[in-house]
Amino acid sequence: MTSDFLLFLVLAVVAVASALSMLLSRNAVYSALFLVINFATIAVFFLLLGSPFLAMVQVTVYAGAIMVLFLFIIMILGTEQLRQDETLPWQRPIAIFLGVVLLVETGFIIYSLGFQQGILPDFRSFASGYASPADIGILLFNEYLLPFEITSVLLLVAIIGAIVLTKDQKS
Amino acid sequence: MDYLLILEWIVKAVVILLFCVTGFAYLTFYERRALARMQVRIGPNRAGPSGWFQPVADGIKLIFKEELIPGQAYKPVFILAPMITVFPALVILAVIPWGAYITVFGRQIPLYLTDINVGVLYLIAIASISVYGIVLAGWSSNNKYAMMGGLRSSAQMISYELALGLALIGPILIAGTMSLMGIVEAQDPIWFIVYQPIGAIIFFVASVAEVNRAPFDMPEAEQELTAGYHAEYSGMKFALFFMAEYVKMIAISAIGATLFLGGFRGPFVDQVPILGPFYLFFKIMVLLFVLIWLRATLPRLRYDRLMAFGWKILLPLALANVFLTAVVLVLIGG
Repeated sequence: MTSDFLLFLVLAVVAVASALSMLLSRNAVYSALFLVINFATIAVFFLLLGSPFLAMVQVTVYAGAIMVLFLFIIMILGTEQLRQDETLPWQRPIAIFLGVVLLVETGFIIYSLGFQQGILPDFRSFASGYASPADIGILLFNEYLLPFEITSVLLLVAIIGAIVLTKDQKS
Repeated sequence: MDYLLILEWIVKAVVILLFCVTGFAYLTFYERRALARMQVRIGPNRAGPSGWFQPVADGIKLIFKEELIPGQAYKPVFILAPMITVFPALVILAVIPWGAYITVFGRQIPLYLTDINVGVLYLIAIASISVYGIVLAGWSSNNKYAMMGGLRSSAQMISYELALGLALIGPILIAGTMSLMGIVEAQDPIWFIVYQPIGAIIFFVASVAEVNRAPFDMPEAEQELTAGYHAEYSGMKFALFFMAEYVKMIAISAIGATLFLGGFRGPFVDQVPILGPFYLFFKIMVLLFVLIWLRATLPRLRYDRLMAFGWKILLPLALANVFLTAVVLVLIGG
């Protein structure tokens, strides 16, 4: 327990520091890299919670696919340096306000839950094999079949949309 | 905590790393000698008995080379990029089983570092992050050729990762597990290359593209891009890129052998478990020879053809293969 707790503390510091650096960095490529570090630490959190499947999917999908595409776009457009003048001046106050609201909400939920049920359950209390690939598959195809199918249709629409948008207009 | 267990893990991890590093050094030798034979040359044969110290000589030469960092480079990323490139290549072998159990000093020791129930997903995850080093090297060099090499390689690796991932689904479906040990056990009498010939070919083609080897070595096409993403690197930093490429060759050969060629299985391996690593080593050598053979034989593809091949031929074929495998498995009740 103590070694897990120490590991968690280190990872939490890394996660928060990388998220902050991502926001504050003025170079888009560095921001993207900090986000990759953040995703990697979240993958390790999943490992700590005894769910290697989610950890691997986190790395493959977020760090491996989405962020590579982000980097690709940033590099191909050559927009590494953010401009100093802001084009959307109303964005910053709204973002700060919404961020504070989210933080307060999260804190409130954690504390109210804590008061109702005592200390939050230890992550070791999950059964071994929790969130194993087979369990997730069974859950997806039984309980959450409709949302799963809707998501796949949405993805299909997005793929077709991308193909239509990139088609040569002249031909 | 069992301290012997920790010691066992450390020993096995060090052995795997040493295997990768010496494997890299002697793979360059193997490649140069094999290429030379195919081109009716002799190849390096001066350093030591029939050239066996050539990798050592190369290593010493690279250490004494001057390290240059371009003035306009993004320095921290430029220095980190070679390390980021080598890291996934070295850790991907952690889940490959080298054999079953052997008994040493009355202690049962499994001949693999770890057997996780998501082994194949681990392979895909590590393969998917291996593109970072190359992209960052290309970008941080602040050189247009290096940049083009980095961009080409990221597009290429993303495109071929899909086919690669789909090719891995065939063995998972047949074995009914994502554990690599389970997949090897499931190939007991018949290797999966027999059940999955199309899957094996797709895996092999896609993995050649994943490691940027000829005929898919567009990211470093010498004629167009001087040397692509590592054009600005010299000395040991260049050596790290070189090492990453060759360790990745070893890794994909090991993965291919494990998933499609029966892994460490061979005659008498159940009676004499120590034979397992030798069988796997032999299979890796055969696959490596095929990679070298491809380099000696095939010219480089044009870039647009490479992308068209990946998306319009390999990906639909891989999807059809997954579909067919699933249908057949349901029909025969596997």
